[in-house]
Amino acid sequence: MEWYWLPEYAPKFLEGLWVTLQLLGLSIFFGMTLAIPIGLVQVIGPWPLAWAARAFCTVIRGTPLLIQLWLIYYGLGSLFPFIPGIRETLIWPLLREAFPYAVVAFSLSVAGYEGEIMRGAFRSVPRGELEAARAMGMPPFTVLRRIWLPRALQNVFPTLAGEFILTLKSTPLAATITVFEVYGVGGIVRQETYRIYEPLLFVALIYLCLTFALVVAFRLMERRMPRHSA
Amino acid sequence: MDSALDLLALRPPGWGGNLLMGLLRTVQIAAGAYALGLIIGLCGALGKLHGGVALRWGLEIYTTVIRAVPELVLILLLYYVGTDLLNAGRAALGLERADISGLWAGIYVIGLVQGAYSTEVFRGAFQAVPRGQIEAARAMGLPPLKVLRRITLPIMLPYALPGLSNLWLITTKDTALLAVVGFGELALETKQAAGATREYFMFYMAAGLLYLMLTLVSTLGFSLLERRLRRGQPTQT
Repeated sequence: MEWYWLPEYAPKFLEGLWVTLQLLGLSIFFGMTLAIPIGLVQVIGPWPLAWAARAFCTVIRGTPLLIQLWLIYYGLGSLFPFIPGIRETLIWPLLREAFPYAVVAFSLSVAGYEGEIMRGAFRSVPRGELEAARAMGMPPFTVLRRIWLPRALQNVFPTLAGEFILTLKSTPLAATITVFEVYGVGGIVRQETYRIYEPLLFVALIYLCLTFALVVAFRLMERRMPRHSA
Repeated sequence: MDSALDLLALRPPGWGGNLLMGLLRTVQIAAGAYALGLIIGLCGALGKLHGGVALRWGLEIYTTVIRAVPELVLILLLYYVGTDLLNAGRAALGLERADISGLWAGIYVIGLVQGAYSTEVFRGAFQAVPRGQIEAARAMGLPPLKVLRRITLPIMLPYALPGLSNLWLITTKDTALLAVVGFGELALETKQAAGATREYFMFYMAAGLLYLMLTLVSTLGFSLLERRLRRGQPTQT
């Protein structure tokens, strides 16, 4: 075991860590923003919407994330340049980067898995509570915002926490489309120093620490949530 | 689009045959890795429940570390450790260096990863078996292995099945990660076909459809299996 390379590459690993955290945070944010309506329409939506949401979840959960990522980056990425005039638009610089494609792919994945969980979560809220809210004269959107959504999230929070850790563990896939997060930086070190084990073990250690940090953070958040009083 | 679809033809110059061969390899690796994972999982769960302190700790570290580190990192690590150990062993026996074939290497790395997850699934399922059943079997004079085979396993399986079917789906999707390491299975064949023809979108769509079919067929199979295994259980009301 030789670790002489560590000081030299430490700043790179820090940058990689920042990319990993950004990727994770953005994917969870956009993914959950999509997952909530996807779960909701499966419970109360009209059947075409419910059916579409269901199909979306099945497709996302039924195919490897790697294929989804490559489909979006190489597949869609190779089609964009054919759209006339796209090079003059403001989003073109974004479309040439790999990072936005990774965020889109991971967000869709989060939306698919968590949409399925949110469907169960919305169902699990007792009807009486929603009826009570309605009887108090709350408009439908307020019922959703003040009662239905918080209660649903509270019910599935431990499950969601587990899912977000799975998301963290899938972020190394982004390295396959040249996004240099922690695993990608480890790959650079392996190529430049010809050391096999040390960079991999170091990367594994970072993920181990990240996972435990997330587990602790989620547990603290769970403890701060109001418990069922009944 | 007509000419693009021709590229999916089964015979060269079409790439359809390569994709199907890739799918076959994916299923082979997944099935082998799943079987290995189940064996590790069964032993691991029994070890966690009945083993000594050292064994329990060892297994706890195994399941915790494997489940906390990304699969991609594990696959690389296990692959290098495995080939190094194998070659060290062969050198000690005075044999030449050998490369493990992609199939066996894939089965071994994915199997070791899945073993950690199935250990936890089986552990939960074993704990769901009512103690009275095991005590009754022992009182009837059944030797321990027979208790396991005749009583514990059949009662435990229906509890484990939802978790196990989930694991199978995860295993099939995890095999795609082997493409990153360069093992020829569906994802790698697709990557090569897409790279050679520049029809990225179509080939990744095709691969996605193949994986989706595999998932849907497996889901159906598992629900049939679950119905059969649960036939002795009281129906839920």
